[in-house]
Amino acid sequence: MKEFTYTITDAQGIHARPAGQLVKLAAGMGCNITITKDGRTVDAKRIMGVMSLGAKQGHTVTIQADGEGEAEAIEALETFMKENL
Amino acid sequence: MEALNGKSVFGGIAIGKIKIFDKGESVVKRTRVEDIQAEITRFEDAKETAKEQLGALYDKALIEVGEVNAMIFEVHQMMLDDLDYVEAIRHMIEGQNVNAEFAVATVGDNFAEMFAAMDDDYMKARAADVKDISDRVVAILQGKQDIGVLSDEPVIIVADDLAPSETVLIDKSMVLAFVTRHGSTNSHTAILARTMNIPALIGIDYSDDMDGKQAIVNGYDGIFYVDPEASVLKEFQEKQKDDLDKKRLLLELKGKEDVTIDDKRIHLYANIGSVADVAAVLANDATGIGLFRSEFLYLGTKNYPTEDEQFAAYKTVAENMGGKKVIIRTLDIGADKQVDYFQLGKEDNPAMGYRAIRICLNEPAIFKTQLRAIYRASYYGNISIMYPMIISVNEVRQIKAIVEEVKDELDAQKIPYGEVEQGIMIETPAAVMISDLLAKEVDFFSIGTNDLTQYTLAIDRQNPKLDSIYDSHHEAVLRMIRMVVENGHKENCWVGICGELGADISLTKTFLKMGLDELSVSPSMVLKIREVIRNTDTTK
Repeated sequence: MKEFTYTITDAQGIHARPAGQLVKLAAGMGCNITITKDGRTVDAKRIMGVMSLGAKQGHTVTIQADGEGEAEAIEALETFMKENL
Repeated sequence: MEALNGKSVFGGIAIGKIKIFDKGESVVKRTRVEDIQAEITRFEDAKETAKEQLGALYDKALIEVGEVNAMIFEVHQMMLDDLDYVEAIRHMIEGQNVNAEFAVATVGDNFAEMFAAMDDDYMKARAADVKDISDRVVAILQGKQDIGVLSDEPVIIVADDLAPSETVLIDKSMVLAFVTRHGSTNSHTAILARTMNIPALIGIDYSDDMDGKQAIVNGYDGIFYVDPEASVLKEFQEKQKDDLDKKRLLLELKGKEDVTIDDKRIHLYANIGSVADVAAVLANDATGIGLFRSEFLYLGTKNYPTEDEQFAAYKTVAENMGGKKVIIRTLDIGADKQVDYFQLGKEDNPAMGYRAIRICLNEPAIFKTQLRAIYRASYYGNISIMYPMIISVNEVRQIKAIVEEVKDELDAQKIPYGEVEQGIMIETPAAVMISDLLAKEVDFFSIGTNDLTQYTLAIDRQNPKLDSIYDSHHEAVLRMIRMVVENGHKENCWVGICGELGADISLTKTFLKMGLDELSVSPSMVLKIREVIRNTDTTK
């Protein structure tokens, strides 16, 4: 299992569009991916869950990947978060 | 006959039958089903149909309102495929033997409540999204026709208000005009009406019994006539005919060159104030953007826009214009445009106060952020920069030094950028009087006639008592423009107009004769000016 923690800098947080992009990216990966915020964990491949986190600017989220290709997955997700959020 | 007063958001005349667009909450009844598998299949099929509709909506919206706004429909598609949502619906059908409509509506409500309970605006919008997709699936299950099919003849759409997904859905060939009770001049409906070139009114207090009645939409005066008298009908039919002739003529001018009978060429560009305006620029066939007001990035936000936010906006516009010229005007805050976080303080005479380039040169950090964003975006298209409120050669030299710093920084970071033409706004009499000196420093001049008139005539634009003597055709203003053109051309500096005077067709011939190289006007004026240009012979 691999993970990283990221603090959101985008003024609007994980709003509808980046949530969609994030889920799309996660859905294409073979391993399990979760996002945790304030102790609540959701499946990163499910958009309603990701949106329900209500992650906004200044919030810290932890992304975990578990399974085949977890290292690549974490790398790709980290890049995505830095570029878009 | 009844005449209702409202506000026009787009001009034109429409005559036809009223169709009241009633969203009417659909009633979903709970029924017991025996064949659970068949019910789940019904749901799955309806979900697929909904996704197809959303795909079509996305394609339509992409053209009508651009990618950023269209993406919401892609997100809706993903929400329909969300396993939490889909499984909840399946479980409900299986566990409670209920019909698919009821399961979708109930699960949709539950999810919407979950979002709505989180009590912030962002989450409320998500609640609306879930309702929207669930309503769509329910409508399909109930065999309701898509609201795209409104009628078999073109109608005047009358509604309380229209949401983006509704306006995008409507079959445009069946719409003569939009009339709404709510909405604003900048609402989605208004933008759409402008893009479609059909009249639209807001603030019309209609009643439901008007459905099916004949009506006239007067998009010039904002009046909605229901059951018009024969004489009124005749009057507007004639007006409409004139309009249509004009529209046809304008349509014929799309793709035509901006050249006079005696072969004088001029660049006809458009003014924009946001990324979304690019659609109108392209629809009206402007050959470039002569004034991209960058203030929208600063207004209405709580803090300074970041370099990346600015870069994204400039890059999008440059790319969408596909290599055509885009002239970005740097920050023009101050005077009548106030932004809280700049903490500019109250001034007795703001039009002559701390504004525009004066702020930028005093706070180079803010200025450099914008310049970096513009230079980075220049790699993706044909970008030029112009600086507002210039009064001296010294200012231009200071700007050029900062630009050099920015370029050096980008070079050091190996960030690519393109060739960026440098220009200044000519909007002060001082700039006019030393335009011979300024022309040696820059590539182009763009005359801002609104401020130039105000400063030349010493008339405050904001003072309504002076409206009667505010004369933008004043000989002093015209002489100033002529002087700028002559001085600019001596130094190979091209000269344009981006103020309101540029769109004044009574002056187009005068400007052509003066030798102006460019006119930049609001997108809706582009083709009108083109018509005048093509019918002008400057030798006569």
